[in-house]
Amino acid sequence: MSDVTFISHDGEKREAPLEEGASLMQIAVDNMVPGVDGDCGGEAACGTCHVIVDDQWVAEVGRSGPVEEEMLAMNPEREPASRLACQMRVSENWDGLVVRLPEFQM
Amino acid sequence: MTTLTTVTDAVTERVQSVVPMQMQIRGAHLYDKTRRFVTRTNGQKIFVEEPIPPVEEVALADIDLSNPFLYRQGRWQEYFERVRNEAPVHFQAKSPFGPFWSVTRHADIVAVDKDHETFSAEPFIIIGEPPRFMDVAMFIAMDPPKHDRQRAAVQGVVAPKNLREMEGLIRSRVQEVLDDLPIGEPFNWVDRVSIELTARMLATLLDFPYEERRKLVEWSDLASSMEQANGGPSDNDEVFRGFVDAARGLSALWRDKEARLAAGEEPGFDLITMLQSNEDTKDLIDRPMEFLGNLTLLIVGGNDTTRNSMSGGVLALNRFPDQFEKLKANPDLIPNMVSEIIRWQTPLAYMRRVAKKDTMLNGQFIRKGDKLVMWYASGNRDERVFDRPDDLIIDRRNARNHISFGFGVHRCMGNRLAEMQLRILWEELLPRFDKIEVVDEPEYVQSNFVRGISRLMVQLTPKTDA
Repeated sequence: MSDVTFISHDGEKREAPLEEGASLMQIAVDNMVPGVDGDCGGEAACGTCHVIVDDQWVAEVGRSGPVEEEMLAMNPEREPASRLACQMRVSENWDGLVVRLPEFQM
Repeated sequence: MTTLTTVTDAVTERVQSVVPMQMQIRGAHLYDKTRRFVTRTNGQKIFVEEPIPPVEEVALADIDLSNPFLYRQGRWQEYFERVRNEAPVHFQAKSPFGPFWSVTRHADIVAVDKDHETFSAEPFIIIGEPPRFMDVAMFIAMDPPKHDRQRAAVQGVVAPKNLREMEGLIRSRVQEVLDDLPIGEPFNWVDRVSIELTARMLATLLDFPYEERRKLVEWSDLASSMEQANGGPSDNDEVFRGFVDAARGLSALWRDKEARLAAGEEPGFDLITMLQSNEDTKDLIDRPMEFLGNLTLLIVGGNDTTRNSMSGGVLALNRFPDQFEKLKANPDLIPNMVSEIIRWQTPLAYMRRVAKKDTMLNGQFIRKGDKLVMWYASGNRDERVFDRPDDLIIDRRNARNHISFGFGVHRCMGNRLAEMQLRILWEELLPRFDKIEVVDEPEYVQSNFVRGISRLMVQLTPKTDA
């Protein structure tokens, strides 16, 4: 079974099983990963599932598109590898994926 | 065309910047009085309260959700429920505010809210129009990219990082207010707690003279209760006088800050200082309509909303006493309860949009220029998203999916501050009081926009083991 690791701002690691086809936000919420809210339910419209993709994974999972940018652009903790987890559809190649969480969600 | 608009804008800005703000508002007041005299509408209220019939006695097409007494008379739930089920995107052709579409389901509201390419927030986000010349400019009613620049200038003040610094201060102010409350005798919770706490918060955010903090509340209430705008109870003379007062007070605050900064004082971390130190807004005072508009927005945004969630929480826990017992048994539920209270109360009923092009929405053809009202109050009671939507359930699993903060680029910028204020309030209430009893029927505000509680008589029983 493949896993994803969420690293909190304080450096605490939290693993969750990946489920192909689900969104990364849904995986975080289903596994009660602290620091991911997903208030809008996956519409890229609240910015509360902000994650920062680990450098080694950026090429594989891709960067944010214009839809995500609408919310990310307003975020003070925004980084080049920032994504909205709700727009990240899990692929079979993501085993071992690592994402960091910002200190705060919007 | 573009050139002409630019020139006109430039002239307007120039005029705005040389004529003092108060003079402009006085001129506008005179204009409005003349207009009312000439049109013989002077002194006549647009809205007179009459009993609203049960929804089943009204034809679907006649349902007018803009009625400012719907909430006060407790009919709103049945009206919205019927529209949600029978005509989720509903057209009302002849309301006092003109024709408008009502968007009532959660999913449709999210779709409209996030699509600013199709649905514009300009020129106003309330259903009607403020009196002429009172149509101040605020970024909540601007589309990108102008919206983004103005919002960016101020959102830092309520950014989570800043809030962490403020938590201690907020807590001590909550403690002061709660320690001062009468015990064992009824008092008005709205005035003693909800208004007082939000006034203190606003004065802090603006670095406004603390002892004059109730003025902010007064201005905010006037700005959000204009009859032509949302069916509120204020008459125009009152509103204009209040605006002169607000323009004077807020300009003085701005100039005072400027002078103190110029004299070498350490810059504060308040809204005015932030506006003055941002390239896009440092000369905001030279654009009076934007100056007044954006400051009013920040004051109104932090006033009615949190106030009515503070009152609504007490009311809801009285309506659902088992939930109060659940809370006392498990105070860890406070953060989730805060979201649930904000869902249940929905302090602002809606936001308005205008279609920028012809489009379809849930099977309805919307024409370019049509007005749409996204009823957050209805989306938050949508049985497709929330089980037993009318009940307060403090451990509701998807409470955070409520729609009260809006979605998309206009999403509430003070959401985390609001949540923090409410969380602290309940964290401080629980160890102090065993019972917080509502002892009389609440009174409600006249408005189709603000879902406000104006009077909530409460009696407290202290904790015995404290």
